[in-house]
Amino acid sequence: MSKNLLNKVWDLHTVDQLSTGQDQLFIGLHLIHEVTSPQAFQMLEERGLQVLYPERTLATVDHIVPTADQSRPFDDPLAEEMMRALEENTRKHGITFYHLGTEHQGIVHIVGPELGATQPGMTIACGDSHTSTHGAFGSIAFGIGTSQIRDVLATQCMAVTRPKVRRVQVDGPLGPGVYAKDIILRIIADLGVKGGIGYAYEFGGSTIDALSMEGRMTICNMSIEGGARVGYVNPDATTYDYIRGREYAPKDAAFDRAVEYWRSIASASDAEYDDRYDLDATTLEPMVTWGINPGQAIGVSQTMPRLDSLPDSLRGVAKSAYEHMGFAEAAPIEGTPIDVAFIGSCTNARLSDLREAARVVVGRSVASGVRAFVVPGSKQVARQAEAEGLPQVFERAGFQWRGAGCSMCLAMNPDKLNGREICASSSNRNFIGRQGSPTGRTLLMSPAMVAAAALNGRVTDVRSITPASAA
Amino acid sequence: MVKQGEEVRVVSGTAVVVRGNEIDTDRIIPARYLKVVTFDGLGEFAFRDVRFAQDGSELDHPFNRPEHQGASVLIVNKNFGCGSSREHAPQALLRWGIHAIVGESFAEIFAGNCNALGVPAVRVSESDVERLMSIVESDPSMTVAVDVERREVRAGDLRVSASIADEIRESLVTGVWDSTAALLANRERIAETASNLPYMSGFCA
Repeated sequence: MSKNLLNKVWDLHTVDQLSTGQDQLFIGLHLIHEVTSPQAFQMLEERGLQVLYPERTLATVDHIVPTADQSRPFDDPLAEEMMRALEENTRKHGITFYHLGTEHQGIVHIVGPELGATQPGMTIACGDSHTSTHGAFGSIAFGIGTSQIRDVLATQCMAVTRPKVRRVQVDGPLGPGVYAKDIILRIIADLGVKGGIGYAYEFGGSTIDALSMEGRMTICNMSIEGGARVGYVNPDATTYDYIRGREYAPKDAAFDRAVEYWRSIASASDAEYDDRYDLDATTLEPMVTWGINPGQAIGVSQTMPRLDSLPDSLRGVAKSAYEHMGFAEAAPIEGTPIDVAFIGSCTNARLSDLREAARVVVGRSVASGVRAFVVPGSKQVARQAEAEGLPQVFERAGFQWRGAGCSMCLAMNPDKLNGREICASSSNRNFIGRQGSPTGRTLLMSPAMVAAAALNGRVTDVRSITPASAA
Repeated sequence: MVKQGEEVRVVSGTAVVVRGNEIDTDRIIPARYLKVVTFDGLGEFAFRDVRFAQDGSELDHPFNRPEHQGASVLIVNKNFGCGSSREHAPQALLRWGIHAIVGESFAEIFAGNCNALGVPAVRVSESDVERLMSIVESDPSMTVAVDVERREVRAGDLRVSASIADEIRESLVTGVWDSTAALLANRERIAETASNLPYMSGFCA
């Protein structure tokens, strides 16, 4: 038996054991954004500390940026103040900042990989729970709070306990209309929203091997929704090909040496794990959430659970979910009317997501009364989509095409649900109030499924929509 | 608020019960209150959308009840603090007055954030949580003691055992829960570790 990736990378990055017994772990890449960093910089100032490795931190803006009109100053004075704080802090500490108006602004978890800054065998931290996304490259990536951002800025390290590792083995080909999003929603539904506490999830198997980097990112992104702070995929040729030629990628001979290192940290076939879970991907269908956490998900052809069929530990939250959603036990999810369709977020706003959604909407129209919009995950994604004519496909169908940002995933910018609106959303959380209205309702699904829901004004099995001939 | 370097051995005071599993950090503090550059003043936004209706009128929530004003111990159920990594959540609770949390289980990032603030988040069994909740709900004036050092929670005659990871307990009772100084003390070893990582030199070495 040999060491798995997590343990290899962990050992290489362990600086020391602290008096508490926690490990002092070196962080190879630190990503920051406007919402969770200002207080950390303030704490540094109060303590007279500097940023130890400013070249290992990259900044961008995503959470609060408006996606309709991005001109400054923002209408929202609080958002404007946060922008100014990040401008000032990055300038003062010599941190590279991919600001609005630059070619690499966007959602931090889309920008890092796109720049080639996210690499295998690295430790990565960011003040955002979806930092697990970067694990798709075979890095160990943690979402952290602001006090830990302070630690990373001041010391390039964090105090942390090594997690156990669960191998999540997914095998078999995916059926048509079934995507990475459906895999991870199934895993969370099976293992539970707290099943991953104390674990890192290593995703592998023939299904994962066959996924693009974008699909792998979708899966690792939502590890945290299953309670696993860290999720990763072993690096392989798909990973190396993705990184090659990007801005921060090693070049020429250095790239070959990098691949050697990247290979060396991957789990071997005899690697040891603390636990294992198997999923047969051929059984999957498009998934939709019906409740108030991402584990409350079913296949589109299924009916919502009866309360009396659920174990005690799930019944209380399911009851709250029915109260909030206004759905009936045992009702089908398919056909549920929607008011808003949102394609975006660090989970599903990459080029392949937009392409798949565009394939569904091309030559068709958004149902009347449905507010539909596409928020590309980054400026680069927007540029690539434009080169392929995707904005026109969406706009002709009645979608709004917006600027890059987090947008209605968490509604810190002007994009929000109103009242009890129901949103078909390609994002990651269906928590009560998540999309900006305390009474708003969220149905999580893949971008293609959101597109199908937008066209019909109700939850629709995307497999029932015959692709129109390309426009 | 606990001060940097302060030893956290026992937190005691009156308690407040918030029932329910999977109470996420969006529920603890909705995202619209994250538009701040300081954590000061977040206390009033703790549980905002379940404490107040959209028209501003007060709803029935334990944090609004007069008998729980001044409470310093929060008692919860499973997977408390799941979701977003926002430290604003424990900051809002702390600034409302919560200095210790007792629950069946906690989401990992939330628990780490609590620890970084010197707020113990200790786990007790489902049946013990229920006992503690019932005691506090029937007698809100009851003092609840969260004893980190002895790994127990006491309320009147009741004494239940509590779990807390060894490292976290150690960091609290020795006052090094704020880890910056300890991490920085290893400066030379940080540089040594960094120099051994091939990517730090761009794979040029």
